[in-house]
Amino acid sequence: MFQVRFHGRGGQGVVTAAELLASAAFSEGRHAQAFPSFGSERMGAPVMSFCRIDDKPIRTHEPVTEPDALIIQDATLLHQADLFAGLGREGYMLINSARGFGELGLGDFVTDFHRDRLLVVPASSLALTHLGRPLPGAALLGGFAALTWAVSLDAVLAAISEKFAGPVAEGNARAARAAFAFVRDEREALTDA
Amino acid sequence: MLKQTEGSRAVAEAVAMCRPQVICAYPITPQTHIVEALSAMVKTGDLEAEFLNVESEFAAMSVAIGASAAGARAYTATASQGLLFMSEAVYNAAGLGLPIVMTVANRAIGAPINIWNDHSDSMSQRDAGWLQLFAETNQEALDLHIQAFRIAEELSIPVMVCMDGFLLTHASERVDIPDPGQVDAFLPRYDPRQVLDPDDPVSIGAMVGPEAFTEVRYLAYERMRQSLGVIEAAAAGFAEQFGRDSGGLVRPYRTEDAEIIVVALGSVLGTVKDTVDELRAGGRKIGVLGITTFRPFPADAVREALGGARHVVVLERALAPGSGGIVTSDVRTALVGRSTHISTVIAGLGGRAVTRKSLCALLQAEDLQPLTFLDLDTGLVDRELARMRTARRSGPSPENMLRDLGITASGIG
Repeated sequence: MFQVRFHGRGGQGVVTAAELLASAAFSEGRHAQAFPSFGSERMGAPVMSFCRIDDKPIRTHEPVTEPDALIIQDATLLHQADLFAGLGREGYMLINSARGFGELGLGDFVTDFHRDRLLVVPASSLALTHLGRPLPGAALLGGFAALTWAVSLDAVLAAISEKFAGPVAEGNARAARAAFAFVRDEREALTDA
Repeated sequence: MLKQTEGSRAVAEAVAMCRPQVICAYPITPQTHIVEALSAMVKTGDLEAEFLNVESEFAAMSVAIGASAAGARAYTATASQGLLFMSEAVYNAAGLGLPIVMTVANRAIGAPINIWNDHSDSMSQRDAGWLQLFAETNQEALDLHIQAFRIAEELSIPVMVCMDGFLLTHASERVDIPDPGQVDAFLPRYDPRQVLDPDDPVSIGAMVGPEAFTEVRYLAYERMRQSLGVIEAAAAGFAEQFGRDSGGLVRPYRTEDAEIIVVALGSVLGTVKDTVDELRAGGRKIGVLGITTFRPFPADAVREALGGARHVVVLERALAPGSGGIVTSDVRTALVGRSTHISTVIAGLGGRAVTRKSLCALLQAEDLQPLTFLDLDTGLVDRELARMRTARRSGPSPENMLRDLGITASGIG
């Protein structure tokens, strides 16, 4: 089972992103479960959502406390005490930011992990460029596909086209492709280094 | 057709395929997505039904009663305080023998206000005379609604389908959405036992005095007893039509040689099954009994399924203050005359996550108390008790306890 925890703020599409990932996994014939951790539902309040992917039916309904991957939609949440809780040394993390780990104050933190499994992608900027709105969910999933290969880019694109229509679907798909390419290049650069 | 979708959406699609003629709704979290989806289907014309936005939950059930008495297939959904607010009409629907189907998206009851999941709401109506079916998964929630209409209408008794708020209603999972033709084949047209018809007038809901009230009540008891067979037959018919097991009375898992059996209702069963697999791998002879039908309580089936277990652990997502476990009382009655050791575990109140880790630790303990609160922060309780001892005006306890924790808004998990 592959378990993902999303962190973001109300209004950023944190719940939708987890559902899209579940749909992407489903489109590849896998079992998936996505669910939110609702607090008081306010714009801007910290929100978590979860996604599990497995080859067999998923029975548990507990929150993801030991994630294989973290997707951080809003870098202003980074210094919340429990953001990285349960992420193991083999874990993956993708942060939406235009800044590097050093600038984000995570220079020491990342040295404990496989360096090519922790990356930053400017998902909001990519969404602004391709979608016209700073909603980073689709771009982060494109990047996530390149980072983890837990789902393919095609599956992410299929989930986007199922969920959205018209220009919103096209913009999100372009943002996802751009983030996929960005992360793939970053990973290759890290592997070569 | 297999589909990855939200539980609420899956239930709305199932309800729509049952072709309800009247849907009345008042929004309350976490039920709202279900009736939102249904209202959208009515608006687009995909579902031919009267959709009534009412001014309260009391009105929602009252409209359902009126519609059902006029011979319409009626549906509504609610949760938590909404169910309490409609409570008088909930009892009336059962007393009048009207086969309304209602989803309860299980949620805690205030105060303190809490929007998250536990079973306090539907448990509070357990004696209202409705059948109560509990869904373990979104697939089962979907399936139970289809069965609920058939069971309700065959018996002329209303049915409550209980599904865990957020954990199921807001979870996106894989579900098999049936073909509408299959649902039509399974669910016959509603043929009311009683109907308000101007051409053939009757009175429904007349006063009954001491001369017959006991007998009317006894009839309700007797018909509830008969409903056990109808529920089993509906599950069997469902399996035949749709090719999968859903519903029925109880659902045992790895209980054959089990010395310890956990009894539970709803979505926590999945987590308990994972826990049982882990403990079985370590050599512990443990199993689970899921109770799908809570009302009527299937005492015979429970007694049979709990077979040779020496220890039964009832995992409850509600609390009867001053008493303890609600489901435990029924389990104890079912096991009367046996020497089975019975423990109650109160877990998952108001959205507290029930984790495999905590369950594993709990179920490995040899000295389980008669009543345990899973993952209870005893320090937090003790400190508030101390404040109450030391100051007469100690203030509101919930707020004191939140302040003690250093948080002003609750998180989940």
